Amino acid sequence: MKDEVTSRDDRIANLKGMGCSRKRVEDARFTQGKGNYVDDIKLDGMIFGDFVRSPYAHARIKSIDTAAALEVPGVLAVLTAKDLEPLGLHWMPTLAGDKQMVLADGKVLFQGQEVAFVVAEDRFAAADGIEAVEVEYEELEVLVDPFKSMESDVVLREDTVDEAGKLVDGAHGPRKHHNHIFTWEAGDKDPTFEVIEAAEVVAEETMYYHRTHPCPLETCGCVALMDKVNGKLTLWGTFQAPHAIRTVVSLISGIEEHNIRVISPDIGGGFGNKVGAYPGYVCSVVASIVTGKPVKWIEDRMDNLMTTAFARDYWMKGRISATKDGKITGLHCHVTADHGGFDACADPTKFPAGFMNICTGSYDIPTAFLEVNGVYTNKAPGGVSYRCSFRVTEAVYFIERMIEVLAIELHMDAAELRRINFIKKEQFPYTAALGWEYDSGDYHTAWDKALKTVDYDALRAEQAQRVEDFKAGKTRSLMGIGLSFFTEIVGAGPVKNCDILGLGMFDSCEIRIHPTGSAIARLGTISQGQGHATTFAQILASEIGLPADSITIEEGDTDTAPYGLGTYGSRSTPVAGAATAMAGRKIRAKAQMIAAYLLEVHDDDVEFDVDRFVVKGVPERFKTMKEIAFAAYNQAIPGIEPGLEAVSYYDPPNMTYPFGAYVCVMDIDVDTGVPDIRRFYALDDCGTRINPMVIEGQIHGGLTEALAVALGQEIAYDDMGNVQTGTLMDFFLPTAWEVPNYETDYTVTPSPHHPIGAKGVGESPHVGGVPCFSNAVQDAFRAFGLRHTNMPHDHWRIWKTANELGLHG
Amino acid sequence: MIPAAFEYYRPKDMAGVLSILEEQGDDARVMAGGHSLIPMMKLRMADVPHLIDLQDVEGMSGIDLGAETIRIGAMVTQHDIIEHEPLASVAPILREAALQIADPQVRYMGTVGGNVANGDPGNDMPGLMQCLDAAFTVVGPDGQRDIPARNFYEAAYMTAREDEEVLTTVTIPMPIGGYAYEKQKRKIGDYATAAAAVQIVNDGGTCASASIAMTNLSDTPIYSEAAGAALVGTSVDDAAMSAAVAAMLGDIDPTEDNRGPIAFKKHVAGVILRRAIERAWSRA
Repeated sequence: MKDEVTSRDDRIANLKGMGCSRKRVEDARFTQGKGNYVDDIKLDGMIFGDFVRSPYAHARIKSIDTAAALEVPGVLAVLTAKDLEPLGLHWMPTLAGDKQMVLADGKVLFQGQEVAFVVAEDRFAAADGIEAVEVEYEELEVLVDPFKSMESDVVLREDTVDEAGKLVDGAHGPRKHHNHIFTWEAGDKDPTFEVIEAAEVVAEETMYYHRTHPCPLETCGCVALMDKVNGKLTLWGTFQAPHAIRTVVSLISGIEEHNIRVISPDIGGGFGNKVGAYPGYVCSVVASIVTGKPVKWIEDRMDNLMTTAFARDYWMKGRISATKDGKITGLHCHVTADHGGFDACADPTKFPAGFMNICTGSYDIPTAFLEVNGVYTNKAPGGVSYRCSFRVTEAVYFIERMIEVLAIELHMDAAELRRINFIKKEQFPYTAALGWEYDSGDYHTAWDKALKTVDYDALRAEQAQRVEDFKAGKTRSLMGIGLSFFTEIVGAGPVKNCDILGLGMFDSCEIRIHPTGSAIARLGTISQGQGHATTFAQILASEIGLPADSITIEEGDTDTAPYGLGTYGSRSTPVAGAATAMAGRKIRAKAQMIAAYLLEVHDDDVEFDVDRFVVKGVPERFKTMKEIAFAAYNQAIPGIEPGLEAVSYYDPPNMTYPFGAYVCVMDIDVDTGVPDIRRFYALDDCGTRINPMVIEGQIHGGLTEALAVALGQEIAYDDMGNVQTGTLMDFFLPTAWEVPNYETDYTVTPSPHHPIGAKGVGESPHVGGVPCFSNAVQDAFRAFGLRHTNMPHDHWRIWKTANELGLHG
Repeated sequence: MIPAAFEYYRPKDMAGVLSILEEQGDDARVMAGGHSLIPMMKLRMADVPHLIDLQDVEGMSGIDLGAETIRIGAMVTQHDIIEHEPLASVAPILREAALQIADPQVRYMGTVGGNVANGDPGNDMPGLMQCLDAAFTVVGPDGQRDIPARNFYEAAYMTAREDEEVLTTVTIPMPIGGYAYEKQKRKIGDYATAAAAVQIVNDGGTCASASIAMTNLSDTPIYSEAAGAALVGTSVDDAAMSAAVAAMLGDIDPTEDNRGPIAFKKHVAGVILRRAIERAWSRA
């Protein structure tokens, strides 16, 4: 054999398997403008739809006159709720068990709500048609504050009260009020309260995690084509979960699932914004059915920011108790969650507040209690997980702020307080007070490495000197040291407790090895920029011994890919990545039998070695995977079917729990409120590392979105429910200019239950980054008596903090 | 974000521009770089049935350095300003300000003429031109006239230019002394939370003249004569700067927006002006 002279290390390198910083195969097309996004899809005879949207946050619709719009040249049709009602499509189910108006059915509940769908020959005519639709509104009292909403006589959703005036149960139990959606509890209330009330030290704080938006670069959109000849509906769109969308479309339209093909082409970022179903999808399908033509709907930036799924909007009230020495004894968290006009959160069914019950964080807290109340207001629906697993960002922000507040209460260093409360390495698997079983971790090692790298003690000394200088009038700049230690919970999830609309949250991979030793693998997930085509091929390369460069990864076409629940919540590697490894192992098992046949030995007498099967103890006798692949197609092997294919559906036994230690050093101009990030250090432990370069890219992106959220990015409303931040002028999307240099680092604590030990990483930097940036701002003012101030820390709010502390003289 | 239908014109000379303006009256608007007007049209906040693109009109893209004045054609882009070395050596404040406008892509298209003519209080060039005591040349059916920048702005988007007139040239007296353009903004591409343009002359340790203008702190740029006067004859010490800031605060009238409330803007305006004066004085 020619390659016998090749060293084993060379053979490993040739595979470009796990652990290799393989360049992203996607980037060739993305960097040349050759991506194929939904708006790149152009079909013969394609027409366009767009929405008439409500200018009011709460109003009754008295009339809709479409006559003038239908006179506009190029306008073909105008759909209203009345047109959809006979089809039962004027409302649609949400992922949270609620329902949402597709087109305004008698009233509107948020500014920008979809009122009518104008279908036209091109998008310009559609825009003119929108202008010509005359809608008469009667304004109603607007509720933008969830606390006021819970006390108001105004009934936002008429379906929450029956004809007798009694409250109708919601999807997650009885309502407390007509504007109340659900109450969800975790942990033990009475024991927790007893511990807190009897504790030596208790810190209390209320914090608002403001409403923001994932704001992917590509907005949402779709193209629907109903082929009336063969009865098949094809729907291209920006779907993070194409298979689930197919099932939802089938359920609400009545079209049989085999007659629906959903295709997610290239997607320009999702971050949770593209998980749910939007009225644009339904209206495009209906318009295509009505016209028989392909119908395209593409949001503009304002549509996206104002109406598609927001994130966060949690009012969190916390109590944390400890001994005088700083050992935490109990935690209580009470949340009022503003869900807007419809509950369209994308959470597993049994978790209406997502995994908020990870809010005990990385700490060994013996008792805890969480209560979340979902409330309707006159804001856009959503509540998605913006670059995080379900509500994990809120949970980690909560605990990482509570730790800081407790440190203030204890007059203790916040790094030390964390250290003495971390779950210890030997406690894993660790069952937390709110129910989760953490798979693995080594928090002390990560924390010590982080603090040592940044020379934490020297930073504190510098900070103390800065405070002295400030008080002496020598400087107008303060220094903040932001700390955060986070534990994520990702990889949803075990089918026994995780489903969306009844669909278990497994995922899948199907592999076909071609005769000449290359392969295609298809997965139930869909990349939105994560680089799946690169990294999943690396997993397979290591598992089946064929070079990653010889493996095509394909996702997003429901006619070809196996069923899966999609990509969000850092679930692709924990779930589909596991399926990929497991399918690869099935390939390898069959390859072993083929190799043994070819080598004329018993199956047990050959063993896998990088890219081949070798006769045990006789390294010169082997068959490469390439040879085996060919044999699978050209040899009649007794007892073995021809071909070399495998499929795996992976139901994870547990979530995975990535963690990390972050430090931010920030200088703050007290007079202008301008923060300057001097240093940002991020240590991530995502278990086994598949591609260090891709990991680093994910961390840079997640940290940048964390910076955005912490320092200014918000969806703000005025009292009348008008969106104040509907364009990128006011909605903070950082550029390279605003972003600091990031130092990345890692430890490796593999997941014990994942086939390759990987935990997922895409969302960790966001989850850990937000509290780190926020803590840095707040820490700068700790010496002057600040306990807590809410994000976003934009210039004027930082200035306000300084002003209220009397720092402006 | 799609504008209403409009007619598009691209005349080769100013006579062509003026004849369309005369014919279409209020229904026509001229466009230079388009970075203010086109977004307004896409939002359907500006209704422009007849859009006249100036980019093919000859003679509006020059930068001429004379002995006593600088003449900048209305179609000169922010990028041209930044790249023009001779201009930067005689009037460095122009480059310093232009570098703080928007981002490179916008600066390739955005023009000096459009920036000063549009009347948006967020634009940086109007305040700068007031500081430099520039004059704007406009041409119309009755010929051309010069309007001092300090008299040009009446209210947001309201200027001394008549609808049938086109702004063709900005003429700046050769600046002397130290300079600074100081701007606080939320991010690249943003309008100022507060910005200050300062040009100051140091005569043996005493301020001989000072010119100060502020951006985005009223519905027009604010040339604060009193703030400049507070510095003249002083050594630009702390007391003089405090007096200048106090005078400036008497002239501005900021409103609350997403950048912050009025009290914050006033405070930052004072801080920014003080820093601008310090930097300009250090260069004087």
